[in-house]
Amino acid sequence: MTGRPTGLAIDVHDLRKSFGTRQVIDGLTLQVPEGEICGFLGGNGSGKTTTIRMLCGLLRPDAGGGTCLGLDLLRDAARIRLQIGYMTQRFSFYGDLTVAENLEFVARLYQLPDYRRRIADVLDRIGLSDRADQLAQELSGGWKQRMALAACVLHRPRLLLLDEPTAGVDAKARREFWDMIHEMAADGMTVLVSTHYMDEAERCQRVVYLAGGRLVVQGTADEVVRAANLVTFEAIGEDIEQAVRQLRRTPGVETAAVFGRALRIAGMDRAALRAAIDGLGDGNLRWEEVEPRLDDVFIHMLRDTEA
Amino acid sequence: MNRFSFARLLAVLRKEWVQMRRDRATVGLTVMLPLIQLFLFGYAINANPRHLPTGLVTAEHSTYERTLVAALQNTGYFDVRSFATESEAEEALRRGDVMFVLNIPPDFTRRLNRGEQPQVLMDADATDPTAIANATAAVVALNATVLNRDLPVAMRVQPAQPPFQIVLHARYNPEQITALNIVPGLIGLILTVSTLVMTSLAITRERETGTMENLLAMPVRPVEVMLGKIIPYVGLAYVQTALILAVSVLVFDVPIRGSIPLLLVALGIFIACNLAMGFAFSTMAQTQMQAQQLAQFGLLPSIMLSGFMFPFQGMPVWARWIGEAVPLTHTLRICRGVLLKGNGLADIWPDLWPMLLFALVVGAIAVSLYRETLD
Repeated sequence: MTGRPTGLAIDVHDLRKSFGTRQVIDGLTLQVPEGEICGFLGGNGSGKTTTIRMLCGLLRPDAGGGTCLGLDLLRDAARIRLQIGYMTQRFSFYGDLTVAENLEFVARLYQLPDYRRRIADVLDRIGLSDRADQLAQELSGGWKQRMALAACVLHRPRLLLLDEPTAGVDAKARREFWDMIHEMAADGMTVLVSTHYMDEAERCQRVVYLAGGRLVVQGTADEVVRAANLVTFEAIGEDIEQAVRQLRRTPGVETAAVFGRALRIAGMDRAALRAAIDGLGDGNLRWEEVEPRLDDVFIHMLRDTEA
Repeated sequence: MNRFSFARLLAVLRKEWVQMRRDRATVGLTVMLPLIQLFLFGYAINANPRHLPTGLVTAEHSTYERTLVAALQNTGYFDVRSFATESEAEEALRRGDVMFVLNIPPDFTRRLNRGEQPQVLMDADATDPTAIANATAAVVALNATVLNRDLPVAMRVQPAQPPFQIVLHARYNPEQITALNIVPGLIGLILTVSTLVMTSLAITRERETGTMENLLAMPVRPVEVMLGKIIPYVGLAYVQTALILAVSVLVFDVPIRGSIPLLLVALGIFIACNLAMGFAFSTMAQTQMQAQQLAQFGLLPSIMLSGFMFPFQGMPVWARWIGEAVPLTHTLRICRGVLLKGNGLADIWPDLWPMLLFALVVGAIAVSLYRETLD
């Protein structure tokens, strides 16, 4: 059974959730079109995990509602569950079962027909075939995440919710993991993936930024960058270590950071930034204004929410 | 999708079975522990201790004294050894080297011969009343005629002709062997320990390792998880039962006077009680540590108030009420009744229905406590 097609895989409004006196989600409205890869960003404790748990029915929202795959979030939780794949932040399969046994358990719970072939297919696709008989607890971090992904897509869900799937995984494994996500999205799966990595955010068709349980900004990476109205300058030269210390104390400079040989400053006020640069005196730094990057924007927003 | 699915139950069962098979240590323990407990309790506990060390303080060595001491020894409860002085004997009693001191006064023979009815003092260490209970009873029962053969004819006591006689007939366990009481009771105790503790840990383990969140996100019903986790332990519990029964009969000569199938059915209900309780604990506890402590909390009244350790009839009324609410109490009665007395269904029904009620009520509580969400 599927719900009414709305073109939106996720369409929720005014979600609220508190634990005790702590308001974790404070009126969240979120829409994700079908077939998109949506990056879910925000600082620690901004409510990403809580939102994902509400979307898959693990937590009941205190207020608000909406639809997930066209099904009512509150009334049809059981039916939603059949069509989504949820990958928890922490590895949550059985370490004392082999990869194949874990997948078989999942397949049996979903009562998948012809599950042996499906498992073989998924293992093959994710590159786990020769580790099928290994105990899950003996896998390395990257392989564990692959196995978890395999288990989540076994029943061919229409919506995949991934909660920081690549935390603590090396760069190569991360890239391969994302290649797989793109492959699945190409098959029509909608993916909502939370992450702290900016390179991953840039691989999403849309990013959503959450702070204090509210949606702060959403759109494509370019749109988000443009909407922030941030000004960034970059300098190359010697003495950047000394310059960065001085710039951090200068008003109007929100962030100043060193990337290898380059010094990068960002702020809202172009004139103030220029003044700050002039205040450095005639060093041997060559300055130029550059396009802000996504991480500049997010650090800027993190500062705003902390203030 | 909200209906109970046998296929999903089988999936959970299969998973539990594989996990159990890999966890050899736990399975080994569940087989070894009952055996160890059985031998420990069966051989070590004796509520009717004999050969208690007894000190003798005497100033004279007369025929009367020798006869009296011999009579005491013959009861089987006393092992007598002499002390030179009263203070030495007193010291031994204080240290616990002896449990009794028999003090025969210096002029015992003289006064006896004069017909003055002299007194003999028997000091007993009553710190443990149970230990000396039967021995003191044996002293009291020492017949007044014990010295008859040694006394001058004129002073011999003529046994009175009582108007009636009480004939005591200790049935079901005529030799009053403690093991015959303890071993059937152990069946219940061991099953409590293994099933209650094991199931208490079952759900909590899933929560602690984080797999619970995953399980909740999948289309599996609480009752399927619950049954899937419980059934393997029922199997294990019956293996234990068979083991204990076999050892009871072969090693401790426990008679089987009643019907074994009836006993197994009754034990099945008892196991259900414990599993329901364990599952309820499991849903309440956040960590395995807490679950373990809750299980201890359930275990203690079972051991103390069920009549396993101390006679049920010796408890005050309020404690008996608590005891009646503990499934182990009823199981003890059923085990002892069926094995020793040959009780049938009609005899054990008064102990059967409270357990059924317990299993239903606690089971319902457990299911209602199981959350399908993480709230």
